[in-house]
Amino acid sequence: MSLGHDPHSHPQQADSEDEPYSHEQLMAAALEELLIDKGLISSGDMSGALDYWASKTPADGARLVTRYWTDPDFAQRVHANLNSAAAELGIDIGSTPVVAVGNTPELHNVVVCTLCSCYPIGLLGESPGWYKSRAYRSRVVSEPRTVLAEFGTQIPADIEVRVHDSTADLRYIVIPMRPEGTAEMSEEELEEWITRDCMIGTAVPKRLAEE
Amino acid sequence: MSRFKEGDAVRIRADFPQGHIRAPYFTRGRRGRILQITGPYANAEELAYGRAGEHELLYRIRFRQQDLWPDYHGSPRDTLVADFYEHWLDSGDAL
Repeated sequence: MSLGHDPHSHPQQADSEDEPYSHEQLMAAALEELLIDKGLISSGDMSGALDYWASKTPADGARLVTRYWTDPDFAQRVHANLNSAAAELGIDIGSTPVVAVGNTPELHNVVVCTLCSCYPIGLLGESPGWYKSRAYRSRVVSEPRTVLAEFGTQIPADIEVRVHDSTADLRYIVIPMRPEGTAEMSEEELEEWITRDCMIGTAVPKRLAEE
Repeated sequence: MSRFKEGDAVRIRADFPQGHIRAPYFTRGRRGRILQITGPYANAEELAYGRAGEHELLYRIRFRQQDLWPDYHGSPRDTLVADFYEHWLDSGDAL
């Protein structure tokens, strides 16, 4: 099963505990080898890109949400152009537009990509496995309240649940409501309330474990 | 310039072509309203095949969930928002 046109490279071989490579994995590996052999990219480009994306975490999204909560002018700039507002905080999220959708006492937002797995990686890091699952993608659009309840998030019937499907050129981040009783907290303390799932919309900020 | 304005009633074309399509199946033929016109984007349905992809306006459309799913059992207030290139939109009055 050698992919090799290069006599110096080893054939791809799965570790003993893995399933055999799938057709898609082999095709991806073959494409990477070809792009490198033709000099279109270098192996350093590949590892650099992977390192860059792996460096992204939900902490950046939490910083943005916290600043949004504490600085109304910043919140306005987020709605005008989130990508440039993030850059003010030193967060580079690339050029794909990200839209902030704010929860209110009348509206709860939740995000999905039914067609594939679009996700604001620049703010939230790599997406969780369930976000890419067929079960989440198909069910959250047709029975969002049931799915949210499975995440432990009960939304009263008089609050609109709005599902955002990232179908084309936009990505979404949910701005959760600032919890009551946090008026005196520093930005660092506030960031601890804002989990990845709060910014996908499957959760809302909760009291911390030690409470 | 744009065929529609924010607030207009529209209907997603009930068309089922093969290939790389960015209009979710469950929205085809369904009615909604324009929430926002976001601006021009290269048509990803063309980019997917290595073609240039003409720029088209991209619209965020809000649907009532009960218009998408006949047996929807959540709240009648519930909605779904998705984005569509202009060529997927017909006037909401169209049959």
